[in-house]
Amino acid sequence: MGKLRTLYDKIWDEHLISDQDGTSLIYIDRHLVHEVTSPQAFEGLRLSGRRVRCPEKTVAVPDHNIPTTGDRETGIKNLESKVQVDALRENAKYFDITYYDVDDVRQGIVHIIGPEQGWTLPGMTVVCGDSHTATHGAFGSLAHGIGTSEVEHVLATQTLIQKKAKNMKVSVSGSLGDGVTAKDVTLSIIGKIGTAGGTGHVIEYTGDVIDELSMEGRMTLCNMAIEGGARAGLVAPDQKTYDYVEGRAMSPKGENWEKALKDWKLLFSDNGSHFDKVISLDGHDIAPVVTWGTSPEDVLPIDSVVPDPHEFNGGKIEAAKRSLKYMGLSPGQRLQDIPIDTVFIGSCTNGRIEDLREVAKVMKGRKVKDGIRAMIVPGSGLVKVQAEKEGIAAQLKEAGFEWRFAGCSMCLAMNPDQLTAGERCAATSNRNFEGRQGRGGRTHLMSPAMAAAAAVTGRLFDVRNL
Amino acid sequence: MEKFSTLEGIAAPLPLINIDTDMIIPKQFLKTIKRSGLGKNLFDEMRFNQDGSEVPSFVLNKKPYRQSKIIVAGDNFGCGSSREHAPWALLDFGIKVVISTSFADIFYNNCFKNGILPIIVPTEDRDNLLDDAEKGSNARLTVNLEMQEIRRPDGSVVSFDIDPFKKQCLLDGLDDIALSLEKEKSIAEFEERQKSCRPWV
Repeated sequence: MGKLRTLYDKIWDEHLISDQDGTSLIYIDRHLVHEVTSPQAFEGLRLSGRRVRCPEKTVAVPDHNIPTTGDRETGIKNLESKVQVDALRENAKYFDITYYDVDDVRQGIVHIIGPEQGWTLPGMTVVCGDSHTATHGAFGSLAHGIGTSEVEHVLATQTLIQKKAKNMKVSVSGSLGDGVTAKDVTLSIIGKIGTAGGTGHVIEYTGDVIDELSMEGRMTLCNMAIEGGARAGLVAPDQKTYDYVEGRAMSPKGENWEKALKDWKLLFSDNGSHFDKVISLDGHDIAPVVTWGTSPEDVLPIDSVVPDPHEFNGGKIEAAKRSLKYMGLSPGQRLQDIPIDTVFIGSCTNGRIEDLREVAKVMKGRKVKDGIRAMIVPGSGLVKVQAEKEGIAAQLKEAGFEWRFAGCSMCLAMNPDQLTAGERCAATSNRNFEGRQGRGGRTHLMSPAMAAAAAVTGRLFDVRNL
Repeated sequence: MEKFSTLEGIAAPLPLINIDTDMIIPKQFLKTIKRSGLGKNLFDEMRFNQDGSEVPSFVLNKKPYRQSKIIVAGDNFGCGSSREHAPWALLDFGIKVVISTSFADIFYNNCFKNGILPIIVPTEDRDNLLDDAEKGSNARLTVNLEMQEIRRPDGSVVSFDIDPFKKQCLLDGLDDIALSLEKEKSIAEFEERQKSCRPWV
């Protein structure tokens, strides 16, 4: 019998081209490209006279920079943003790469359209010049973010120089209570392991709670692996995965489908395979959570109070003091008493159709509180169209939400969707760093259901008590 | 890429933990299509007020530290996004070495692609180096990559570990892509194999 291997070990072995003293060259099956981290890479190729080795394995889409208002199809007003988006279009054309333009219904956040179009498949290696590439691990594909130099490396060679990471298992047993979602699970894990807890590791998520999550829930879960320090998160593929993948534009068909399915059914960690680190949570202990500070690890159940920095140790004491000052909060303050100004629903973490359905469910018969700015930015053009078909868009507009076009939007505020200094936002995105959503802006991360509850009440609120 | 051998210079203390890439270079500066020129925006929101004036208390605005070539930082430096603009901004400012107890993986990798040496040392050594870095114009450290040593102002030495391949790439200023293209034959063979056993990829 051969060595017992984890899912990560298997995908790694399958893609290993060469290994020299632990420095390995691995093959990359899919390369997703967006406008912000690619122009310097394409420029590098041009300067050295290199070509894109596998244009058919590469796909490009503008998402970070583009406006989400209806007038965007007539041109981007911000000149710098326009230059970046134009550069991507031109590079895609020049190097013969599939490109979804701003006016294409398939355009959207790169991590949403990858799975949506079937570019992302189980067992693949997937990279993108974006840390939230971890999202694609939901399919049992080894997916991680890379820098621009590595983008250029993958474009030129279809490979990446890597050191193998360690194996980490995060197991979530039991089941989730009402109002508790994949976002609460992923944030609670980060709260437990800390923002560097997964550094140097690839996380495999297992357990009954993970099995029960939908594919979209698993994408939310894996998306934030990087917020726990892990470059990649994985969920072993199962029937839900195959069902999600089947029939998508880029998915295998006919004989290839059968062949692929046979291959994918081998993608699991062998019983007894070795994990360097194991963390366990019980789903029953997970409550709807919100963040109070400026790191995703600063997370607590909604019925808690703002912590006292002196409850922490070492460097975290000063960091927590700084966070509270930035966030304008005091120790002992009830999280539920914190009023908000803005609600942002969207991003590669929570911009999919199930997220919008969740919001619609909470908003049924309810309105956005007067004076609250509430915005919904679907993750892709297709998500937008689907929500419009289902009547979700009409319902939420009626309830007082702004209904936008697809993009990264206020998750990182590179486009005009930004917070002003001191503005406090209930956000379904993934980072609450200082200035992330706009200089001086204050971000509280939470699930779409919790963000909807905040929209209704104008403060952080337990959706279970609505 | 420029070769890295030894570096002597002023070290700036940044003891805050979890310094993220949004702090190192905020998103409004990612709209460039170039690698250069980002130094003036390094740590922008910590370094400058909204009106563009300097925040006098921020370390890189203080006299001797304006010439810093080294940063001694709190745990988990460079967490967050994959933006290579973070090391580009550091390098453009003149920072060629960052010393901490730990780095986020993507940032750590990105440094090596740009001739920046990120050094991991135990907490006790980092804390001592932070104390050294507090000494203003006397906060001079000498980093010797070949020897894997940091020489402190008092002459004592802190040694560090580094992956031999990454070390060699920095010492020689090697271009990764050229190195990998030397393996063209193996890559082509892999692709052929994949075509037959995983034709859907």
